[in-house]
Amino acid sequence: MKRRNFIKNSILFAGALAVAPSAILSNQAYAAWPKKSFDIKDLSDSVISVYGHNNLEESSKVKLKAPAIAENGAIVPINVSTTLDNVESIMIFVENNPQPLSSGYQLTSLAQPSIGTRLKMGKTSNVMAAVKSGDKIYTSTQEVKVTIGGCGG
Amino acid sequence: MSTIKLRAKESNGVVTVKALIKHPMETGQRKNKKTGDLIPAHYIQEVHSKANGKDVITIYWGPAVSKNPYLTFKYKGNKGDNVEISWVDNQGNRDTNTGKVK
Repeated sequence: MKRRNFIKNSILFAGALAVAPSAILSNQAYAAWPKKSFDIKDLSDSVISVYGHNNLEESSKVKLKAPAIAENGAIVPINVSTTLDNVESIMIFVENNPQPLSSGYQLTSLAQPSIGTRLKMGKTSNVMAAVKSGDKIYTSTQEVKVTIGGCGG
Repeated sequence: MSTIKLRAKESNGVVTVKALIKHPMETGQRKNKKTGDLIPAHYIQEVHSKANGKDVITIYWGPAVSKNPYLTFKYKGNKGDNVEISWVDNQGNRDTNTGKVK
């Protein structure tokens, strides 16, 4: 009896192994999209997964425009611009969202460092704009108070 | 009809591009109120823009971007440039639209 169970289990196990590689492959279809960073639930882990470190420098050269109070958390307008040179990317983190990384913008040399979008916010939270210029990450943070959450259902 | 509404305007050598995309942007965390089932995630992951065939910006979006997302960005360009915007969502759907800079 024991032997039979062992064989049965090992067949199941082999089956699971055979399925696993195909699941990994289907994820690779979106290899460019940083799934891992978007899945992380903690702000500093999220920052580390994007940049590889957590050395952020608050800078007045990063302009974050966000409402102080958002009446509707489903549509919070966010604008980020900067006077810094050689901007490679702009990232927007919302600390208290289920996943802090909301969006990332990779700029070519043609693009000007000025972007805007609208985000969902579940509750009142700090919003942080991070600008990568050269090897350094410059940030600007502002609190947005949310009266009606945008992730409910 | 394209899902992308696109407007681009030049002033002092800088083109401001504004785009509205029609998309549900489901987070995968909302529940259907009647059945209690989770509504599957359905959101745009990548937006890409080119001007006259040259890359301008690559954007990665997560589910936290609002429904029917709005996007604006700027680049160094001229009147008459062809601006192309395309998106891909997590279910593999995609769309592209082009417009001329005014």
